[in-house]
Amino acid sequence: MLIPFTALLSGLVFGLGLILSGMTDPAKVLSFLDVAGLWDPSLMFVMLGAISIGFFAFRAAKRRGRTLLSTPVHLPGTRTVDLRLILGSLLFGMGWGLVGICPGPGLVLAASGHTGGIVFMVAMLLGMFIFDRLEKHRQSDSNVNYRQPGNIERK
Amino acid sequence: MIDWQSFTPASAFTGGMIIGLATALLLLITGRIAGISGIIGGLVELRRGDFAWRAAFVSGLLLAPWLWQWLGELPPVHIETSHTVLALAGLAVGIGTRYGSGCTSGHGVCGLSRLSPRSMVATVLFMIMGMMVVYVVRHSLS
Repeated sequence: MLIPFTALLSGLVFGLGLILSGMTDPAKVLSFLDVAGLWDPSLMFVMLGAISIGFFAFRAAKRRGRTLLSTPVHLPGTRTVDLRLILGSLLFGMGWGLVGICPGPGLVLAASGHTGGIVFMVAMLLGMFIFDRLEKHRQSDSNVNYRQPGNIERK
Repeated sequence: MIDWQSFTPASAFTGGMIIGLATALLLLITGRIAGISGIIGGLVELRRGDFAWRAAFVSGLLLAPWLWQWLGELPPVHIETSHTVLALAGLAVGIGTRYGSGCTSGHGVCGLSRLSPRSMVATVLFMIMGMMVVYVVRHSLS
């Protein structure tokens, strides 16, 4: 019970932080991205604030190797910069630059009842669903190929 | 040129620290990374076993504006983009963050906090791309 409760509390605090930071206003995010116009550097301060705490939290988690409940810490294992990371991040940047909304603020905007936020969130969920379908398709394809003896011989 | 009228370094930094605290709480108790796109992506996948903490985190995030509204007034929001563009952008953000394994929270906050080279590359790329799109939309199309 402690884990779902902590996750709920963390999500709630995260959302309150987002609202206070001003990042739930897409216009403010777009002003940060508008380096050639009237530039609002606030987003950089949000990241610095978050990292100033996050840095020590991740350092502690790495040193302990376990959580405070002695359960394992799940850190991403991938280390290489691959094409998926590059193209995915560029595509995300395109969408972000078009409207000034990223996933966290998108959810908060939708929950506070903004029609635009709801449209964004539904489309984002659809995008994630499409990704999931494509991934499953790709994985089952490569499994089939792997099992074919002809493919193994060619290697 | 800096927009001094809109620049809010104090509330931005404080809000950021609160986001950092939420990240620390999730990491040190549940052992999970507070990357929003990854958490929602896991829900969309309907993976068995780790549904509860994801659903709980997202519920907390969705409750935040309600709690805020209960205590005071939500800050003003300006969305000037058409619904068509919002939908296209949403699709791009959904697919892009899943292929790129993260968004502003997963790469920008958590990844940079743990000094991950992948997250540094991702953050630089989505920021530069975002800036380029804003430049094209605001300064070369109009």
